[in-house]
Amino acid sequence: MRIVHPMPDESTATPVRAPLVTVDRLTVDMPLGRSGSSVRIVDGVDFTIGVGERVALVGESGSGKSLTARALMRLDRLAKLSGRVDFDGIDLLKLSDRDMGKLRGSSIAMVFQDPMSFLDPLMTIGDQVAETLRIRGIGKAEARKRALAVLDELGVDRAAERLDAYPHEFSGGMRQRVVLAMALVGEPRLLIADEPTTALDVRVQDQVLDLLDDVSTRRGLAVLFITHDLGVVAGFAERVMVMYSGRIVEDGDVASVFAKPNHPYTQGLIKAVPRIDQDLNTLYAIPGAPPPPLARPSGCPFHPRCDQRFDRCGKDLPALLPVGLSRVACHLLDGKGA
Amino acid sequence: MLMSIDSISKSYNAFPNPPAKVLHDVTLNVDTGEAIGLVGESGSGKSTIAKCMLALIKPEEGAITYDGIDVIHAKGEDLRRFRREVQMVFQDPYGSLNPRMTVEELIGEGILIHKLEPTAAARRARVAEMMEMVGLNPNDMDRYTRSFSGGQRQRIAIARALVIRPRILVCDEPVAALDVSVQAQVINLLQDMQKKLNLAIVFVAHDLAVVRHLCEKIVVLHKGKVVEQGTREQIFDKPQMPYTQSLLAAVPVPDPVVGRARRAARRLETAN
Ligand SMILES: Nc1ncnc2c1ncn2[C@@H]1O[C@H](COP(=O)(O)OP(=O)(O)OP(=O)(O)O)[C@@H](O)[C@H]1O
Ligand SMILES: Nc1ncnc2c1ncn2[C@@H]1O[C@H](COP(=O)(O)OP(=O)(O)OP(=O)(O)O)[C@@H](O)[C@H]1O
Ligand code: SF4
Ligand SMILES: [Mg+2]
Ligand SMILES: [Mg+2]
Repeated sequence: MRIVHPMPDESTATPVRAPLVTVDRLTVDMPLGRSGSSVRIVDGVDFTIGVGERVALVGESGSGKSLTARALMRLDRLAKLSGRVDFDGIDLLKLSDRDMGKLRGSSIAMVFQDPMSFLDPLMTIGDQVAETLRIRGIGKAEARKRALAVLDELGVDRAAERLDAYPHEFSGGMRQRVVLAMALVGEPRLLIADEPTTALDVRVQDQVLDLLDDVSTRRGLAVLFITHDLGVVAGFAERVMVMYSGRIVEDGDVASVFAKPNHPYTQGLIKAVPRIDQDLNTLYAIPGAPPPPLARPSGCPFHPRCDQRFDRCGKDLPALLPVGLSRVACHLLDGKGA
Repeated sequence: MLMSIDSISKSYNAFPNPPAKVLHDVTLNVDTGEAIGLVGESGSGKSTIAKCMLALIKPEEGAITYDGIDVIHAKGEDLRRFRREVQMVFQDPYGSLNPRMTVEELIGEGILIHKLEPTAAARRARVAEMMEMVGLNPNDMDRYTRSFSGGQRQRIAIARALVIRPRILVCDEPVAALDVSVQAQVINLLQDMQKKLNLAIVFVAHDLAVVRHLCEKIVVLHKGKVVEQGTREQIFDKPQMPYTQSLLAAVPVPDPVVGRARRAARRLETAN
């Protein structure tokens, strides 16, 4: 099978949306043991997520995807955050713990890779889904009613009967639906999904993706979808941000990034993944491995692995600059911006 | 035919419940120099088959024959030859290598056990040669694996298995724990070794795109049964069984055009 990539034009380009979240020079420092020193894991990221927009954050293990997402919700007590995270006009990093707590679940919600570690084995499904609402002071009967409605919406069949079931009675895919229901019952405007399908078998993964797709369309819900699997984002997201060693190196609409990746790392990632619809004798392999945050190379952090590097690359850190409809952090594209 | 698995069945004890049968009448063959993929969902029995092929566990029914050796009942010299000629690589490049051994000790262990080289110098030379072959730097021979990346550790595991010149390499999810950009290095290495050493590879994976890339023969498992087996072309281009078809249809394609079209088509189907 041969695939022809249409280049995005006016008709396929995503419409400009009102921003829901604006992240500005966000850094996340994590403490190193008890020494008092710390290591910068997320090294100044900027991005926006529009109202109802579906954005994928991709990158390899350790690149800082989860810590970036968790910083938006201020989930890590030990993390030192700086920069700005503007959510609908409020700077989340300046909010009191109490106000931040109220926002979690109601404005921003998160689902994680491993549903089992998130579910309380001793609590019924119905109670767990309703809990977010109960915390907000909604009455028991009403909370239960809404929990049922969400489980229904997410395709849990015989939801009414299963409100009183326990997590172990559910399959992996069903558990992920329950976790999703817990996140959605508070009617958030942004859902952060951190590798929600990684632990699932391919058929179940596909169902969960369809589900997320439907829910976000129906509710106008913005989704930040975190994954290391480019295949998963292609059919789901409108925009993709590629992260490498704590920074965003490319950000663009999905069609352009896949049709014409600008950053050498993005190019490599796309070429390195075997495809079920493609024959190749040898896979393209990026040499080396991603650096640990404590040994981040000077200049462009990708330079030791980059087959297009030149003298500047080892010295200067490239900034994330506009290139066409995308943003790219690579010296090759300096001055080629729009 | 190098190895034949003939109608094997395997149960695990599930006390207090009755033993659970996880393999039902599984039959498959491995030919010299061929790469064969075992695919199927979690719990379908892939690892159980791999363990039977390595004689780490024994099936209650059926027979496994390797180059004239009855694997299930093998003893003495037969068993030793089998242990030398059929090697393995596992998923976890962290757990499977002893952190207290140097790279040389890890890779050279098999040479020592099977007494393949008379002197330490000869052993060292063979380890160096193997390291070179899998893309490691022989100067790193005296280092411990702690400081190696996942991809490098998986190379060490592969070198360790290949240094004694096996004829079959059984790999259980060897790239599942690796980063995307590193995964390709290991797949290319396996492919290269298969050609250079005329090695048969049994490749267990849940990633069908990787299996399609590497394996010329594929066995599809579902709930401990072989639902379909055939050549790469038969399985990927003309799958006969609905289960295989549904498995293939769910594989994500890193292409927004294909991905969206597929999802839209499915919506139409469910709407009608
Ligand atoms: N609590 C912590 N304290 C110190 N370092 C941490 C902590 N959590 C994560 N890190 C480090 O921060 C880096 C980025 O971690 P993060 O979990 O954000 O990566 P990721 O991109 O989500 O990777 P993965 O795909 O493996 O989930 C890693 O090197 C990790 O070891
Ligand atoms: N040691 C054991 N004792 C009891 N049951 C087991 C044992 N090992 C595996 N099983 C069961 O046997 C079945 C097959 O397991 P197996 O590990 O072979 O599956 P698999 O296809 O390799 O799955 P995965 O993709 O998750 O690795 C599963 O139902 C599993 O729970
Ligand atoms: S800045 Fe240089 S090293 Fe970095 S990706 Fe671009 S060309 Fe490669
Ligand atoms: Mg993560
Ligand atoms: Mg397994």
